[in-house]
Amino acid sequence: MTKEEIKQTIIEQIVMVAPDIEEEEIEPSANLQRSLEIDSFDFLKVLTALNEKLGVDVPETDYAQVDTLEHMTDYFEARL
Amino acid sequence: MSEFKMPSLGADMESAVLMEWKVKEGDHVTKGQVIAEVETSKGVIEIEVFETGVVEKILVEEETECAVGTPLALIASEGEGREEAVAEAAAEPEKVPPQPEPPSKEEPLKPEPQEEERPAAEPAERVKASPAARRKARELGVDLAALAAGSDRGIQLDAVEAAAETAAKAPEADGMRQAIARAMSRSNAEIPHYYLSTSVNMTPALAWLAALNAKRSIKERILPAALLIRAVVKALEAVPELNGFWQEERHSISKTVNPGIAIALRKGGLITPALLSAETMNLDETMHSLDDLITRTRSGRLRGSEMTQQTVTITNLGDLGVERVYGVIYPPQVAIVGLGRIIDAPWAEGDALSVRKVMQATIAGDHRATDGRTGALFLERLDHFLQNPQELL
Repeated sequence: MTKEEIKQTIIEQIVMVAPDIEEEEIEPSANLQRSLEIDSFDFLKVLTALNEKLGVDVPETDYAQVDTLEHMTDYFEARL
Repeated sequence: MSEFKMPSLGADMESAVLMEWKVKEGDHVTKGQVIAEVETSKGVIEIEVFETGVVEKILVEEETECAVGTPLALIASEGEGREEAVAEAAAEPEKVPPQPEPPSKEEPLKPEPQEEERPAAEPAERVKASPAARRKARELGVDLAALAAGSDRGIQLDAVEAAAETAAKAPEADGMRQAIARAMSRSNAEIPHYYLSTSVNMTPALAWLAALNAKRSIKERILPAALLIRAVVKALEAVPELNGFWQEERHSISKTVNPGIAIALRKGGLITPALLSAETMNLDETMHSLDDLITRTRSGRLRGSEMTQQTVTITNLGDLGVERVYGVIYPPQVAIVGLGRIIDAPWAEGDALSVRKVMQATIAGDHRATDGRTGALFLERLDHFLQNPQELL
């Protein structure tokens, strides 16, 4: 999977969990939860969906490394 | 024989559109069964029937807007004759709006019907518009009917936004805002609130939760919000006086704990649906039910009972970065629990000073129903459970 594909997969899952978010609203370097008003439940749903898609489990201790779209893409790229 | 009426699904609701009947005339229905779906400003809500019987007659067609209290159907009790039923209904054309069934027989659970707020029942023609356009129109105060005039295709979101932009800013707040204003004014005018606050060291609970989650797959993880709500519910079981109502100069305690959970909608608005019978749930069940409740709140699939049977309110403004919440009680409830943001703060233990995860827990209580001591006992119990999180499993 290319980096761009990983990024697209993440975006797809965010939009699926929070259908009222438009793809253009997702700033690559902005904190996902704060900028998109995603609460902890939605955030967990996104990670759960990505775990099913990509087979990577993000432990809670790594949450700081997946705070933005950019960081999350890097995190999954390094583990695929 | 009774009339099944459009229920009030919150003080800010004046009318709703009956979207779909789940039953037809002649169907047998049982108490608690979902028999219709209505669309309100809070999304689509499934409404339940509060008695067992037979649907004698459906009075309102699908896609009709009905004011709160409008008779929607006639329900005959078991064994009741049809003619008698219809005659009875015809004899009493206007009755007071219905009160949803209280969870317990002895203890009245419902707010008084606020008749003065209800417009006359007059089913209006439903304008064709997409659900998103409908919601936006409500938010922005755009008159869909006016917009629909001169166009025969359904109204889409962009049309509503365009209309709102060209319209001058509305001089008055919209209906929903005004209704909230009425409920909150009534609360502040009638309820003598007392406020108490305590600092809770959350480090032990968060460390315990992190250790628990580390052993679990991502699907089974518990969020701090669920742990906090479980702790509040356990503390309310220990101090039940705060879980109930003040009605007709009388304090009543609810046997079930149905906390209304304040859930923010991403694009504006706030709903506090009830987590029904939370006292029967363990920590995993609390997490699962809360997740389900939040998902259904945002997708507009709440039950009528979840909109009407709150026994207490929990507001957690932590996500917004607020440290301390002093709530306004939603009548006829007698308490609102506020949970603030968990911050790193200096914490003294013995003669040592360290940095801990600290949360401000507050309670606003109705001083007619309880005294500060009751609230203090509640906060003490809440703190106890958060210092001993294994008791919350």
